[in-house]
Amino acid sequence: MSELSDGLLLATVLVYAAAMLLFAGAGAGARGRRVQARVEAVRASRVLAGAGGPSVAEPAAPATPPQNGRVARLAIGVTAIGWLLHLTSIVTRGIAVDRVPWGNMYEFSSAAAFVAVTGFLVLLARGRVDASLGAFVLVPVVLYLGLAGTVLYTAAGPLVPALNSYWIKIHVAAAITASGAFLLAGVIAILYLVRERYEDTVARLALPDPGHRQTMVLRKERPVALQFPFTLGASLPEAKKLDRASYTVIAFAFPVWTFAIIAGAIWAEAAWGRYWGWDPKETWSFITWVLYAGYLHARATAGWKGSKAAWVAIAAAGALIIDYYIVNIFVVGLHSYA
Amino acid sequence: MTLIQEAGTDESTRLSTQPEAPRPRGRRFVQVRYAWRQLTSMRTALLLLFLLALASVPGGFIPQRPRNPVRVRDYIAAHPTISPTMDRLGLFDVFASPWFAAVYLLLFVSLIGCLGPRIRLHARALRTPPPKLPARLDRLPASDRWETGLSPEQAVEAVRKALKSQRWRTVVRENGVSAEKGYLRETGNLLFHVSLVVLLIGIAAGSLYGFKGSVLVKEGDAFASTALSYDDVQPGHRFSSGSLVPFNFTLDSFNATYTDKGEASTFDAEIDWRPSPDAASKKYDVRVNHPLVVGAAKLYLIGHGYAPHVIVKDAQGSVALDTTVPCLPQGVTFLSDCTIKAPNVAARGEQLGFQGFFTPTTKVDPKLGVTSVFPGLRAPGLTLAAFRGDLGLDSGASQSVYELDKGNLSQVGISPTMKVGDTWQIPGGGSIEMVGVDTWATFQVTQDPGKGLALLASIGIVGGLLLSLSIRRRRLWARVGEDSSSGRTVVEIGGLARTNAEAFATEFETISERLRGRSGGDARV
Repeated sequence: MSELSDGLLLATVLVYAAAMLLFAGAGAGARGRRVQARVEAVRASRVLAGAGGPSVAEPAAPATPPQNGRVARLAIGVTAIGWLLHLTSIVTRGIAVDRVPWGNMYEFSSAAAFVAVTGFLVLLARGRVDASLGAFVLVPVVLYLGLAGTVLYTAAGPLVPALNSYWIKIHVAAAITASGAFLLAGVIAILYLVRERYEDTVARLALPDPGHRQTMVLRKERPVALQFPFTLGASLPEAKKLDRASYTVIAFAFPVWTFAIIAGAIWAEAAWGRYWGWDPKETWSFITWVLYAGYLHARATAGWKGSKAAWVAIAAAGALIIDYYIVNIFVVGLHSYA
Repeated sequence: MTLIQEAGTDESTRLSTQPEAPRPRGRRFVQVRYAWRQLTSMRTALLLLFLLALASVPGGFIPQRPRNPVRVRDYIAAHPTISPTMDRLGLFDVFASPWFAAVYLLLFVSLIGCLGPRIRLHARALRTPPPKLPARLDRLPASDRWETGLSPEQAVEAVRKALKSQRWRTVVRENGVSAEKGYLRETGNLLFHVSLVVLLIGIAAGSLYGFKGSVLVKEGDAFASTALSYDDVQPGHRFSSGSLVPFNFTLDSFNATYTDKGEASTFDAEIDWRPSPDAASKKYDVRVNHPLVVGAAKLYLIGHGYAPHVIVKDAQGSVALDTTVPCLPQGVTFLSDCTIKAPNVAARGEQLGFQGFFTPTTKVDPKLGVTSVFPGLRAPGLTLAAFRGDLGLDSGASQSVYELDKGNLSQVGISPTMKVGDTWQIPGGGSIEMVGVDTWATFQVTQDPGKGLALLASIGIVGGLLLSLSIRRRRLWARVGEDSSSGRTVVEIGGLARTNAEAFATEFETISERLRGRSGGDARV
């Protein structure tokens, strides 16, 4: 059963990789058309604004809502197959070890990646993002699973006594759910920054409006040009939409993360005689929590909305990665199990 | 700290309960108020939050004294130039340092300063009816309009009833209905932040009035909890020994099991305990994740080790020591350090001391020498260096039982590795025999009177977050009028939500359909 699970994970990685390539292909095809559409949209909105139309017209609004093309739909289908394989791999691992399949770093990473892909599929189904994000979400997922299956791989086995409690089901499950979602939100926040820079540049490139001398001067002095990776912005959904998507994911994950920390504290109280002791893992979970709390506040503070808030979300995801990997591998503490 | 809120525009569309500016007063007052406003502003709160995260970072990388004093000592030894400065800055105990306290206390002052007005405003908002109808409902983010055969009064009543059944708060105006929903968002938001303050109080109560002590108990020995009976105690500043739960117990047996790879699989301490000296005794298994609860106290199993049973005889052949000696484990294979003191010999200058190590599964490694390869008792061995002279126990100075003061001792020989039953004749007279091996366990007793409050606060934190992050505050208005040409009743509705406009659009569509059905609406106009 254990070999079956390992084999299924390998299959999952291969299928995700295939989906990733399909997404990339779909994106490349759509990009050219979209840039054209966008420049036209910008032009149209400027004309409208000039003619006294609604003052709230968004300069970068796409003319038509993005449609997922044939290749993109195929890519989504392949991702769904990968998702099913992934699920089967986790379930068979659970059967092989006869306990919850999240008892060490390998199992944990696989489950967190599974949550991230699930989150992406849910966002897709709800129309909160479109297929253009596919490749960008699957690249880290494939790398992450590859890393989990090689470097962090742990053969199926029982738990160390400290982990042998029903709290592992609650605390770790919540931690995995929140982390998978946070990592997804981190990817979306990075894409937001790319897209925001792209929109900004396109808006400046668009039309030298006689009413906006500033734009003209800027253009004369420093020709605005997009460079990789900001050119990728052309194929992404609008920045606003990405901002909202990452907020939605974080607003979901933050209470779950809070719950994971509290469940961990209750468990710690039963296992170690104190509910909080600033163990390195606890410290980094706290830092992660504070940064995400900062993100939620930043998004509601004038001057912090948009790219600054996105940077906070990225920093918070960084703290989360330190919490999982750096602390487990390099820092000695009570959570050094695997 | 300012709580998350949505900025509003004009009165009718403003959904937040942001405080309004108070009237100006004297100059000094203005300055104080300015400083207070700065402290309680969202921007300051945000900066303090980031500062709190930043201030915690050293605690996540540098070894911390309360958790791992040995690693701190090693770190200081390894970095002799920088570590004294680091120590002065409190970097080895970040979470007890004044600057860390400064950050979180400022954050909490800022939070409390903001909570007061927010609670007052929310209480007022809860009593205030939904605002008047805006001039143009079709200018709102979501709007709809239909005609109906009902009279205007009937239409108003139908709309009001339909909204009421969906738990909207409604008020009938002269020309229609104002409705509002989602007050729980701000309630949750306030609950979350109040709970944070309560959590801090619970933590403070625990550290002021709490108690923590640890003790090593050998198999078969008894322990009675009094302030003096612990090996190590950490009472809170306000802890009085009178509140210590006076329980006692005997460690009947301790068992550890390991997998073949040497990983621990179970630890189990069977005890016979009494909640107070005169109570009847009961049996309990203390295990990891399975502490014993005695009233306000909890007893945890936190460690274990081996205690070889030795008999030391002096040069005359009389027994100088017959006891089990707890040895302290140094690693996963339980290679353990042992110190044995035998002061009861004829002359003080002839006292015997031993230092060495115990190996539960002994293996002689060609490179490392005698070592242990497995934590379980498979081939126990004891290897000792013997010292003769004055142990210094009568000097009055306190001495650890785990260390030998070698000032007046001289080494007389090193034993071969003794198995159970082996006796080593010490050069110059006397002998030591390992007659058996016992085990010991360390227990920790904690009393934390703030724990319940902290748990309650945690429930408030999660509940408040769920409410404030999942509920949307939204407003809806319905205007009922008559079409001037047809004379039929026209119902016009419009609504807005400050957050998650997409979800509201869907919700609005459903409401619109429902209202249209209830108010006898027909053709879409």
